[in-house]
Amino acid sequence: MTLPVNLNIAKRHLLSRKKQSIVAMLGVTFGIAMFILMISFMKGVNKFLEETMLSMTPDIHLFNDIKTDYSNSITKEYLNDSNKLAVVRHPRPKESSSGIKNAPNIMNDIRKDPNVLAVAPMLTTQAFFNYGAVQINGVINGVDILEEARLYGLKEKIVDGRVENLLTSDNGIIMGVGLADKLNVRMGDMVTLATPKGTSTRLRIVATFQMGMAAIDNSKSYVNISTVQQLLGKDKSYVTDINVKLKDKKVAHLLAQDYALKYGYKADDWELTNASVQSSNVVRDVLTYVVSATMLIVAGFGIYNIMNMLISNKLKDIAILKAQGFARKDIIQIFLAQSTTIGFFGALTGILLGFLLSYGLSRVPFPNQGMISLKFFPVIFEPLHYIFGVIFGVSTTFVAGLMPSIKASKIDPVEILRG
Amino acid sequence: MAEILKTYKVNKYFTEPEKFHVIKDIDMSIHTSEFVSIVGKSGCGKSTLLYLLSTLDTNYEGRIEINNTVVTGLSQNELAKFRNENIGFIFQFHFLLPEFTALENVMLPALKRGKFSKEEIEAMAMEKLGSVQMRDFAMKPSGKLSGGQQQRVAVARALINNPKIIMADEPTGNLDSVNTGLVFDIFKELAAKGNTIIAVTHDNDFAGKSDRIIEMKDGEIVR
Repeated sequence: MTLPVNLNIAKRHLLSRKKQSIVAMLGVTFGIAMFILMISFMKGVNKFLEETMLSMTPDIHLFNDIKTDYSNSITKEYLNDSNKLAVVRHPRPKESSSGIKNAPNIMNDIRKDPNVLAVAPMLTTQAFFNYGAVQINGVINGVDILEEARLYGLKEKIVDGRVENLLTSDNGIIMGVGLADKLNVRMGDMVTLATPKGTSTRLRIVATFQMGMAAIDNSKSYVNISTVQQLLGKDKSYVTDINVKLKDKKVAHLLAQDYALKYGYKADDWELTNASVQSSNVVRDVLTYVVSATMLIVAGFGIYNIMNMLISNKLKDIAILKAQGFARKDIIQIFLAQSTTIGFFGALTGILLGFLLSYGLSRVPFPNQGMISLKFFPVIFEPLHYIFGVIFGVSTTFVAGLMPSIKASKIDPVEILRG
Repeated sequence: MAEILKTYKVNKYFTEPEKFHVIKDIDMSIHTSEFVSIVGKSGCGKSTLLYLLSTLDTNYEGRIEINNTVVTGLSQNELAKFRNENIGFIFQFHFLLPEFTALENVMLPALKRGKFSKEEIEAMAMEKLGSVQMRDFAMKPSGKLSGGQQQRVAVARALINNPKIIMADEPTGNLDSVNTGLVFDIFKELAAKGNTIIAVTHDNDFAGKSDRIIEMKDGEIVR
């Protein structure tokens, strides 16, 4: 049992120079605290953006994409000669319905899938809101408002009025707060809108919502699906999009491929739709780890220096220990125990400080520049980050202490003892 | 009498700053319970020889046998264990660990050896401190002791594992005559109890009172 002896010596060394030990520890403390703060904040931002995005994108979005496959052309039939090559420059898509055929049956079919939580039809069209002499561009979504609310948690986003108001009025509209502000209207007011097809109608605002993303809040509004069908002059079964919410988001990618094959329409999963958000998340993650690693390396160099200094002060002691029969590994153990102890306590105080700083940041009001609506800085508290912090702290100091310890173990006692 | 330490044709060279033949063909043997002094002028190689015998310095030619074990060629870890169990050290500049009390300093080599429990070691250490009249200072931090007191604690520490051989490099070099006398008496007593003592010294009085004097000159034994 040589361990307790070596550790006892390590402990005495640390305690006999408290100030130096604490300074070395603070280096690790700040490194880990910044790591915790940064990762909690960055992950908080990631989570916020992801949630905001997901609250606006369905897990699977089934729609009729504009056909851009021009490999078949009737020009060929016209020439009717297999030796001749038909070249058509700048083909344009043909006039075709952008709706989903047989939408009610597809929806019923999807509903039978045990993975599916909710299915909602949607009919989207561009619209121009008349505001005096000016026309403001917007998007209106014809929806089954109750299904839509189930899909996106719309009820929590309502600022004024109620979601159900749309059902009780036959010409109601639920409008984003940004758009309502631009049009200078509020609940109960009437707005006039025109479609690209030339039809127009007057609708009454029955509620307003705020998603948190300016781009959405400034352009989007909901109306009953039948209102849009009438506006576009289409029949009761005309639907352009089918949105699906799943019980488990992770299967979206596979299921989307299934649906695309099965129904012959384009099916995008949420990961594909939000690819830009995902990639910016990766960038933030990388940044966090790079900055944290840099800080820990700096702290590691501090410890490396302090250990080197300690060892030059302890040459005599090392020589005497060796003369008394302490082997090289004992010497390594004595000094390595010191640096890892510094690392361990540094990491513990670091995660504590990190937690306090993160908590503080989560209470700081977020400056409102209109792009996103956030009350406070988004910060998450994830136990795994704190465990990581401790592991990082201990392993950095282990590495930083290793070289000086090995150096100490190589000291030739004869040189020191002879004076 | 049984031989406890033997050397065969031991040679050592210093290569820095230039090649220098410091120990020349040393053949010697020391018997159990002998009290040997190695004397000689500065630079004659007597300390170098002691460090070779102590196994701390392994860079030599020839062969050294201690307590019927050939120590030449053992690994550093084996040598560390061997020193721990067989050799007690006393140096000119006491070399106690300043963070520890006198008692803890004495206990360290035994704790390292790990043969006995902590309580047993503490009792043995107290006994050794008693034999050098340092029992009353056991709980004092070693940095607070006087030079003579520290050297006596160092003697107690050298004895803790009951080594066969005690090696001392100028053990009285830094001490006044009272402490020198004390340390000498302790050595004498130890030799009488069957310990072997090899001391390098400048002090002719000290050497004169030991059992045998080995005098060195220019790396060779002359007497």
